[in-house]
Amino acid sequence: MRDVFIASDNIITSLGFTTIENANIMLDGNTGICLVEDKLIAPFPFYASIIDSVKLNSQFSCIADPYHFSRFEKMSICSIKDAISGMDIDYADPRTLFILSTTKGNIDLLESENKNKYGKDRIYLWNTARLIQHFFNFSNEPVVISNACISGVQAIITGTRLINAGIYDNVIINGTDIVSEFVISGFNSFKSLSTGPCRPFDKTRDGLSLGEGSGTIILTSKPSLSKSKEKILVGEGFTTNDANHISGPSRTGEGLFLAINRLLKKIPAEIDFISAHGTATPYNDEMESIAITRAELQSVPVNSFKGYWGHTLGAAGIIESVMSVYSLRNNVLINTLGYHEMGLTNPLAIIDRVIRKEINNCLKIASGFGGCNAAIIFCKK
Amino acid sequence: MKKSLIVSSFCSVTKKEVTLNNKVIYKGSGNDFSDLSNDIYTKFSIGYPKFHKMDNLSKLGFLSVELLLSDKNLNLKYPGEEIGVIFMNSASSLDSDRHHQDTLSNRENYFPSPSIFVYTLPNVVIGEICIRHKFYGEGNFFVAEKFNTDFLVSYIEELFECNAIQCCIAGWVEFDGDDFESLVFLIEKPDKTDIGIVNFETDIIRNIYEKLK
Repeated sequence: MRDVFIASDNIITSLGFTTIENANIMLDGNTGICLVEDKLIAPFPFYASIIDSVKLNSQFSCIADPYHFSRFEKMSICSIKDAISGMDIDYADPRTLFILSTTKGNIDLLESENKNKYGKDRIYLWNTARLIQHFFNFSNEPVVISNACISGVQAIITGTRLINAGIYDNVIINGTDIVSEFVISGFNSFKSLSTGPCRPFDKTRDGLSLGEGSGTIILTSKPSLSKSKEKILVGEGFTTNDANHISGPSRTGEGLFLAINRLLKKIPAEIDFISAHGTATPYNDEMESIAITRAELQSVPVNSFKGYWGHTLGAAGIIESVMSVYSLRNNVLINTLGYHEMGLTNPLAIIDRVIRKEINNCLKIASGFGGCNAAIIFCKK
Repeated sequence: MKKSLIVSSFCSVTKKEVTLNNKVIYKGSGNDFSDLSNDIYTKFSIGYPKFHKMDNLSKLGFLSVELLLSDKNLNLKYPGEEIGVIFMNSASSLDSDRHHQDTLSNRENYFPSPSIFVYTLPNVVIGEICIRHKFYGEGNFFVAEKFNTDFLVSYIEELFECNAIQCCIAGWVEFDGDDFESLVFLIEKPDKTDIGIVNFETDIIRNIYEKLK
């Protein structure tokens, strides 16, 4: 089985357009979540993390004419462009694959005023992926992964397996989702939206804040391609199903526990920190704490990044993995913004301030609608 | 040379007919999915009231797998976490997406519903099947313009190879507007007594799919 390394990455959120821009603002303790009053998105005000359209268009116009591309496509292309810049990879090589992770893609094109903007087929996820593939001249039919909120972690697990198996040498993974009328109305109908910026694991948490974002991670079998001196390995990963409920997290944390437990059996080392899903809904955070406790990891430092950029759905697993890898490379644990007081029946070691210390590996977990769960490990070589 | 995985059973559902292991087990009488799915549900005595709450994509995938496993009991053979469910389609959850969007288009008549919204994710059909059969293993939902058998076969081979699963239900489950079709396979490792119906190989899977047309 071949080792898989992280060659390059990028994060685009309301906080910034590169991984470092995002990290610097997070280390300063700032959030991108704010009150949004936009009647085009919802008839009610809501808290979300939204990328500034003027900034997006101005960044994108350095690459191509923004007029021809949707909001989703602009975010995705900007993110990939930054990640691949300066990389010595032949993208037309059939040994390179492009994977797109998204829950809803160009979903705003279903709105009546956008319906005919780019042609009727632009709504299909495979078509969006192909447009991006052609834009960069990537070879191979792109692969689209759409598995609710675990899509991003699932895409990294899938890409890693394909390189492990020797089917591809490089896998470029982009995860993107936008904040739209569609998702705001849906999560609101579930009464899942927070009344302020979300507060993961906190006693007073009352729901999630949605966010939009795009993240790119480039996996490779060749360690020499890594842009950073510190080589990060992508370890094993597993996905599971709760087989319990399609929208409610399992009360026993069964699926997430199984995924973590399978992974722990394969790695001898102790886990240094956990990057949790931590959406800040009462049930999700409680479920995660049960699964982590069942796996006997309750004393391992754990954080959630959702307080900085909200829940970015299909991008979440990518941008949160990229930020976890940033933590490994820089030996810094980033605090859980919005967390003040323990609000879990199984208390966890929530990271509540920035801590600088030597860390060697990270467990990233995610859970989503459809009862799906994922766990993957990143470690220093 | 490594031994090919085997297909122990396969099932297709189209407007025209339902087949199990190449035998027609149901002849469709019309084009309407609602009639067809209710008819199959009754004729094959499925008896699972949650079925009626599902969206079209989930109903299609659910029924296909019910028929696929009609004479199997996988839970006796494998632990639940060793059984994976991997699907692919072209339209993702677009059928339910359009339905949810319709509830928003008129601000005077704005009625988004959680029971519709939850189905605006294609992998929910995997969740429905896992709940029904107590499968806890690997899941994945891929979206491609056409049934990409090359990719699906090589990905599933790797899942077996790295021991992530011992058994897999996989295939194509597509629902878009008035069009729908499914083709699902039960994939296992060969053993001395069971060599399956066909090998799980790209060309074989593609040929079975092309015969549906």
